[in-house]
Formats: sequence, structure tokens, C-alpha cells
Amino acid sequence: MNSRIIIVNIIRWFVLLFVQIFLLKNMGFYDLSTPFIYILFLLLLPFGMPNILLYLLAFGTGLTLDAFYDTMGVHATACVVLAFVRISFISISLNRDAIDDPEPSLSYMGFQWFSLYAFLCVIAHHLVLFFLETFRLTEIGYTLMRCGISCIFTLLIILLVEFIFYKRTSR
Amino acid sequence: MRNLWIFVSRYNAFFLFIIFFLIGIYLTVKNNAYQRSVTLNSSNEVIGTAYERLNVFKRYLNLGMVNDSLAAENAKLKSELLALHTIDTAKDVKVVDTLTDQQYTYLAAKVVKNSVTLRNNIMTINKGSVDGIKNGMAVIAPQRGVVGLIRDVSEHLATIQSLLHKDTRISVSLKKNHALGSLVWGDGNFDIRKAFIKEVPNHIKMYVGDSVITSGYGSFPAGIFVGKIIKPNVATNDNFLSGELNLVTDFSTLQYVYVIKDKKAEEQKALESLVKPNE
Repeated sequence: MNSRIIIVNIIRWFVLLFVQIFLLKNMGFYDLSTPFIYILFLLLLPFGMPNILLYLLAFGTGLTLDAFYDTMGVHATACVVLAFVRISFISISLNRDAIDDPEPSLSYMGFQWFSLYAFLCVIAHHLVLFFLETFRLTEIGYTLMRCGISCIFTLLIILLVEFIFYKRTSR
Repeated sequence: MRNLWIFVSRYNAFFLFIIFFLIGIYLTVKNNAYQRSVTLNSSNEVIGTAYERLNVFKRYLNLGMVNDSLAAENAKLKSELLALHTIDTAKDVKVVDTLTDQQYTYLAAKVVKNSVTLRNNIMTINKGSVDGIKNGMAVIAPQRGVVGLIRDVSEHLATIQSLLHKDTRISVSLKKNHALGSLVWGDGNFDIRKAFIKEVPNHIKMYVGDSVITSGYGSFPAGIFVGKIIKPNVATNDNFLSGELNLVTDFSTLQYVYVIKDKKAEEQKALESLVKPNE
């Protein structure tokens, strides 16, 4: 069981980063919106992980993305923020002892919880990402618009992917 | 110490977040040229603003000294101006110019009578034959623009047949392609700020804003700015074009004019009189 989860996550990491780097990197919607689907990997990491491992994974994933996007540190920072939001949200919304689901996915947690979880994580990640990228407050309107539209785009794709890999039996 | 350790481990998510976040920011600023330049620039901006403030203060302290030097300079300029004024420009000073052989000399004259409201307007100036003014000399306005031609001369006064006269025709050309034309006024429009350029050949294209200058074929030296076209390409029933132009000369406020003396005018007239018309 445990090794299966690890293997699934490793495959997921490769697939999502592959899609992100070789497909979505070239996609854009009028230079306003870019989906960042790779954060789904961080969203779907299993519940029982130690925080330090989660941060290291987030940081490493971000650095990998940075290497391909030539933005050293930007994605890494955004992913660390996402990890923090993830830990906070899970500890607030779920009873720590009562968690018996393996991972916070749509099929285990239900649409309502997962969509809120994904929304908060995505918005935190994108805010940090876009503001670190522009690195100035003078274009705040444009940055916020880019951030908002990208959030919607990313969220739609994440929900779409989750519905495609929905496991009816496990619920 | 133990409590501190418990505290840190209890909120380890937050502390780990701080650590990783700072590492990320550090990497961002250190490795990306743009972000680095912005952080450096904003710190420079702070320093620059501080220096600027200091400079304002320093300038204020120096005001007294600056004031004195300005006043001294002003006095010097004033005295020079006064010296210039007292030279009698009324007299036609003979300057033997063997170097450049200057063809045109200018003589300033004061307008003693002016009119702009009539169909044919005549001005009077306070210079006459004593000052060397002769019939047919060109008159221009102090800044720029043409005024007219000398008509009659008495001993100390002279009349100018201004441009605002039905008989005045001044040879002008378009500055951009030197196409010739005649400057006339009052052909259906008695606005003293507007005149017409006539007899421009049909193949010439005029545009709004084209500069019109004197051609140099009459008494006027070449290149005096006359005005700008405002209504180009008015077709007439002969083979020429007309255009309306805005004059730069303001006839209603003229106080001083320059009479242009052409040293070679008589020679030219004598030479050209040898050619009989319709020969």
C-alpha cells in the first residue's frame, strides 16, 4: 500500500511536470492567463506526510519548474506558500485523528471540500507567483487580473482532471 | 528551553514555512536579473530622494549669494542695452564692408501712421530721403513677415504701400519646392491676417501648413518667411493654382518696420531696362 502510493506520486510528478513544461508552458490566453497544473501534485500528496518532507517536495518541485521557466526561486517560493496553505487548511478543516483517507483528492473528500481546498491553494500560489514575477506594485491592476484569470483557468483544469480520474467505488 | 522547543515543534509548519519562504525569496532576488535590479534601484531611489531633499535645503541657503550675482549681471546688461539705445539708428551709417560685400542693409523706422481697415492701406514711417530711402524699397516687419513697398518719399517721411493694397504683388515661393507665385491680398477676403498666393503652376502640389517665403526676385531678399498655407489648391479658371495663407505679419500692431536697402537695385533696374518688353 505504502509503496504503491509512493510510485503513484512519482508517476504523477513526472506526468504533471511533463504536461506543464512541454504543453502548458506554450499556452497562454492573450498573455493574461497561464494555467499551472503541476501544483495538483502538491495538492494530492498523502495526508500523513511530515511537514518537513512536504516543504522539501514543494520546494524541489518549484525549483524544477524554475529551471525550465528560467525564473530562479519564483515557483519555489510560490510552492512553499502553497504548502503552508495546504497544511493550515487541512489542520483547520479536518480532525487530525479522524483522517483515514489516504490523500486529499476529489474522490475521497467530496466536491465541496476539495473545490474550496483547491481554490485556496491555487489562489495563494498564483498571488505569490505573479507578484514575484512582476516584482512591483505599480502594475497591481494588471497583475491581479492576470492572477485572477489564471486562477480560474488552473482551477478548471484541476477539477477537470480530478473528475476524469474519479474513483466512484472508493467513496 | 524545553518549552521553546515544544512551541517550535508544535508550530513547525509555520517556522518551516518562514525558512523555506525566505530561501525562495533569496533565490529569486539573487538569481534573476530583473528582480535584482529592482531591489537595487529602489534602494538607490531612497538614497537619491534624500540627497535631493538636502540639495533643496542647500539651494535655499545659497539664495542670497545667487541673488547678488544676478542683480550685478542685470545691471551690466541694462547698461549695455542703454548704450545700444542711444546709438542713433536713424542715421544711415556708412560702413565700408570690403569683406562680405553685403547687398542688403536694414534701416529701422517707426510707423507714424497706419491703417488696416481700408481696401488700399498706406502706412507712413519717419524716415525719408535724408536717410537714403527710395521709391520701391522693400519693408519687412521686425520679427518676420513682409509689410510692403516704399511708395512716396519726402525729406523726412515716407509712405509704404502695404501688402493690404490692391496693387501690391510680392514674388513669393513655396519653401519646400521653390515653386513661384505672387502674394496678393484682398481678393474677395479682407481679413488682414490672410492673403493669397496666386499663379502657382498647376502641377505643383500644395498642402496645408506649407511655408511660403519670399523668392528674392523682387525688392525683397530671398527667404523671408511670409506665412503658412491654410487652404491649398484652389483652382482658378486659368492654368494656375491659388492658395490661401495665414500671414505672420500682424499689421494691426506694427510699430517698427525695417526698410531694406538693396545696393544693387539701381544697377539691376538699369540692366533690365535694356530689355524692351514684347521684343
